[in-house]
Amino acid sequence: MTVQFGQMLLVLAFAPLLTGYVRKLKAHLLRRQGPPLVQPYRDLLRLLRKEVVLAHSASWVFRVAPYLVFATTWAAAALVPTFATGLVFSNAADMIAIVALLGSARFMLALAGLDVGTSFGGIGSSREMMIASLAEPAMLMVVFTLSLLGGSTQLSTIAASMQGPEVGLRVSLALALVALIMVAIAENARIPVDNPATHLELTMVHEAMILEYSGRHLALIETASHLKLLLYLSVIVCVFFPWGIAVSGQGLAAYFAGVGLYAVKLAGGGFLLAVFETAIAKMRVFRVPDFLGAALMLGFLAALLLFVTQAG
Amino acid sequence: MDRFALDVAHLFAGGLVLVSFMLLYQDRMTGLVNNFALHALVVSLSVAWQAHIQHAPHLYITAAIALAVKAVVIPLALHRIIVQLGIHRTIEQVVGIGQTMLAGIGLVALSIMVMLPITAAAGTLAREDLAFALSVVLLGLLMMISRRNAVSQVIGFMSIENGLILAATGAKGMPLVVEISVAFSILIALIVIGVFLFRIRERFETVDVQALHEHRGEQP
Repeated sequence: MTVQFGQMLLVLAFAPLLTGYVRKLKAHLLRRQGPPLVQPYRDLLRLLRKEVVLAHSASWVFRVAPYLVFATTWAAAALVPTFATGLVFSNAADMIAIVALLGSARFMLALAGLDVGTSFGGIGSSREMMIASLAEPAMLMVVFTLSLLGGSTQLSTIAASMQGPEVGLRVSLALALVALIMVAIAENARIPVDNPATHLELTMVHEAMILEYSGRHLALIETASHLKLLLYLSVIVCVFFPWGIAVSGQGLAAYFAGVGLYAVKLAGGGFLLAVFETAIAKMRVFRVPDFLGAALMLGFLAALLLFVTQAG
Repeated sequence: MDRFALDVAHLFAGGLVLVSFMLLYQDRMTGLVNNFALHALVVSLSVAWQAHIQHAPHLYITAAIALAVKAVVIPLALHRIIVQLGIHRTIEQVVGIGQTMLAGIGLVALSIMVMLPITAAAGTLAREDLAFALSVVLLGLLMMISRRNAVSQVIGFMSIENGLILAATGAKGMPLVVEISVAFSILIALIVIGVFLFRIRERFETVDVQALHEHRGEQP
């Protein structure tokens, strides 16, 4: 129980730091100074203090959506074993539940984008749905592949089986990893799909949906997107690099070691993300289906190849 | 046969299917030729690994031929050809990458469904290799019908041959003579095709095979 609550607080505390860290690294790679690491926390605090400005045409959906988006994303993040397995919630929900929770968060956000009736919100919502219609099946294919290998859809069971000797050199694993990274990039609106740092009308997707938000609503949505980045990175780390994760029942020292190693892994993942984003150019919005179609194809292929081995 | 050997063989054969998909996806000429070189590299690695685990030294020669001819000589020749044709910067009109990919997935599923039941008596390695080899062959055929540029059709044709080599090595006991003659016939085919490409280009001022259909009086 304490592990579960500790993890929930940990992800909430770490998430803005991860975003700040990636921003700082990107700035350094471009030989700029960059904002300080704690800038996302400052932004959130400032937003929380500001008053909420609502459009005249906004209905209750617009006011409720930020809370729901934040709650579902946080709940999904609480399901991923970050530094220790044996979470209380993980018996109640598996990877498919995580996908479903993220899907409902996206649904609420798209509704909110449509609610005010501005044209940008509409563009953002329709593009988000276009991306989601390919990203979600791709994510599910990755889930199926992993559960075929691990024998379960529970993340902690998969992580445990990945550490075991019976998982050999599988080309499916590599395919699933690449597909998961592509989905993560698309879902978090990172560079080849969407640019998180710009408000250019023609290209924005995520930013277009939340253009009308202000004050604490915006703070909640921003936190949810920080959490989402942390969540995807944690899933990748937990499934593909599970070494050093603490098993429940070990002492306090193991937990601290788990937290430390988790921070190191996140730092490595954030570094790779920053390098990747700096090295690549943003693609046209209408190229995104090709990009995600490739992710979906890799997921399919991973499951198919696995099927051959299991039958053979 | 131990688990590790099987896993590596699976890795290479599965990787070959993946590179076939990359060939289908790639729409720039230079990238396509480089991708084909990768395809040949993976097939020669796969053959060399088979030689190692089957203790069949003549397969090393097959791997060396595949590496020298198809990963080095043919890509270099193709690079020369596309530069001389002046199409090395063109981006090809592929008929819907999405549909092609879906068709490719369907073909892979089909070949697995066909191959696994009929090879039930064979060993695991041979079954996997045959299923993957059939998928590579079918994907090469798909590439030949989905592309309009003659050079990419040639690359599709060459990738089919890589699939055949994978099948032959997995099945144990292909004579070396056969392999050498196949490799040389591929080389000859490249020369003939190269001559034809330049003839097509002289005549129609393009290597888009759509022009041939129009010349025959068919509706585009």
